[in-house]
Amino acid sequence: MDAKNVKYRLGKSYGFQILTYILAFACVVPLLAILIFILKQGLSKINWHFLVNVPKPVGESGGGIANALVGSILIIIVASIIAIPIGIMAGVYLSENKKSRLAYWVRLSTDVLQGVPSIVIGIVAYFWMVKPLGGFSAFSGSVALAIMMLPIVVRSTEETLKLLPDSLREAALALGMPFHRVIFKVIVPVGISGILSGVMLSVARITGETAPLLFTAFGNPYLSTNLTKPMQSLPLLIFNYATSPYNDWHDLAWGASLILLLWVLFLNIFTKIVTRKWKVQL
Amino acid sequence: MDTSVENGMVTRSDLPLRVINSTPEAISKAKKRAKRSFRQIRTENVFKKTLMLMGLIMVILVLGILLTLIVQSLPSVKALGPKYLWSKVWDPVQDIYGAWPFLLGTLLSSFLALFISIPFSIAIAIFLGEYHPKGWLPNFLKNTVELIAAVPSVIYGFWGLAVLVPIVRSFESAIGVDPIGVGIFSSSLILAVMIIPYAASLGRSMINMVPSHLKEAAYGLGATRWEVIRSVVLPYTKSGLFAGILLSLGRALGETMAVTMVIGNTSLIPKNIFAPGNTMASVIANEFTEADKPVYLSALIELGLVLFLVTVVINLIGKKIIDRFTNE
Repeated sequence: MDAKNVKYRLGKSYGFQILTYILAFACVVPLLAILIFILKQGLSKINWHFLVNVPKPVGESGGGIANALVGSILIIIVASIIAIPIGIMAGVYLSENKKSRLAYWVRLSTDVLQGVPSIVIGIVAYFWMVKPLGGFSAFSGSVALAIMMLPIVVRSTEETLKLLPDSLREAALALGMPFHRVIFKVIVPVGISGILSGVMLSVARITGETAPLLFTAFGNPYLSTNLTKPMQSLPLLIFNYATSPYNDWHDLAWGASLILLLWVLFLNIFTKIVTRKWKVQL
Repeated sequence: MDTSVENGMVTRSDLPLRVINSTPEAISKAKKRAKRSFRQIRTENVFKKTLMLMGLIMVILVLGILLTLIVQSLPSVKALGPKYLWSKVWDPVQDIYGAWPFLLGTLLSSFLALFISIPFSIAIAIFLGEYHPKGWLPNFLKNTVELIAAVPSVIYGFWGLAVLVPIVRSFESAIGVDPIGVGIFSSSLILAVMIIPYAASLGRSMINMVPSHLKEAAYGLGATRWEVIRSVVLPYTKSGLFAGILLSLGRALGETMAVTMVIGNTSLIPKNIFAPGNTMASVIANEFTEADKPVYLSALIELGLVLFLVTVVINLIGKKIIDRFTNE
């Protein structure tokens, strides 16, 4: 009877192990399904013509997504210019003042900001930028995206710098280096891999954000490089065209989805490879 | 010394004693040196202040978001009162505002998504944390899970609209409910996929932290692998897993684009989980730019405020639990 009991328990153990395996690898299915489906739908749409033309009006086939590509790149560059310096400096502040009262509140705010739904950021950016400036503009979209980037940059900077040994900082200070040179010439260069990976991940995240742009950059069917006017971006174009009833527009949206997906996956994988390489060298 | 640093003047007391009684050239040299180090100290102070200011910006941002939402939703709070949140009819054309359909839609879709995703995320956490912490296969799974989190939500929405909705539609006609396809069930399925990574990656790191002497003691008593997981690993990481699930709930509540695209967007109260509906985030996304009346706009912003407060509270509780767990 004992042997039977042991067999039963072992069988149960193996059963649950197999169940865990199946459930864990079931998650690969949706990702693969999405990747394959979008590759299949999008690949035939993408060509040179698709990348350098603006969308055609309803009823005409062809056209491209040049306006969305240009818009996305511009909006992201401006957002990065706003968010990266602030984020890195705030991260340095947190790692240099671990125990101060303000640091506690900054850390708390960073956590809160990371969890704020993107649509709420959109509302707030509307009242901070769009209302006072008197109209939808690409710049207000950049501000909204910059707010979304900040917590990721701050956190990754802080986490990276926290791991650096204190002796590094102390040695530099003991040589008589002023504090800001210690930060810029010693601390930040040593931690640059972690900081950069945070920056790249945050760029990857905001590239796909749609909700904050709905009420700020708003979208634009024409090619525009004016930051004070509405501007199209890839996720906005996908959202607008995917929910439209026209097949030509769906085709454009599939092509745009493929480009967006490839870009985001590329950034993620690139970040991973770079950080792995640099970590080995450190 | 502080005063001379502030006004940039070099006084006699700032020079070393042995210089004061020597040649004029030596004095002016010493003055220059003193000036330079004062400048450095000043830059240092300015730099430290700038760092602090950047930190302060984060606090100001959060307070500003909260304040903006409160101020902008005041008109609707005044006009509609607290019963706005549980009034059942939403008809902006006739100035009737009730948020209950959206609250219900948000709760239904988020919790349904949570229930669907929990077994998968816990299985991933156990697989990566306990069965196979190292190797190429777990690495592959880990990267897959991270990529699931990286795919933009608008792409999930588009894929859901094109692939998932027809499947759900045929499933619905098979079990005999209205075959609409779009609705709360579809959006829960999409949401479930999207939130798996959050609980999974947190759960994995928690399971990794279980002390091996506890597990070894259980093995030494003759426990099977499953018994070790069930009576040592899971109880030990209970609070951590709960925090992971809370954080994924926070994501599910605030998720906008994917849900907006597949939930069907009606302001009626959903009759069952297959009916179309609306969540708080999706109604804001759909109607914010169309809101022509001040009360209408402000009612939408009040939804945003509720969403903000709920996600903040959920996230802070989750983070508190994680902090306590990792400090133990």
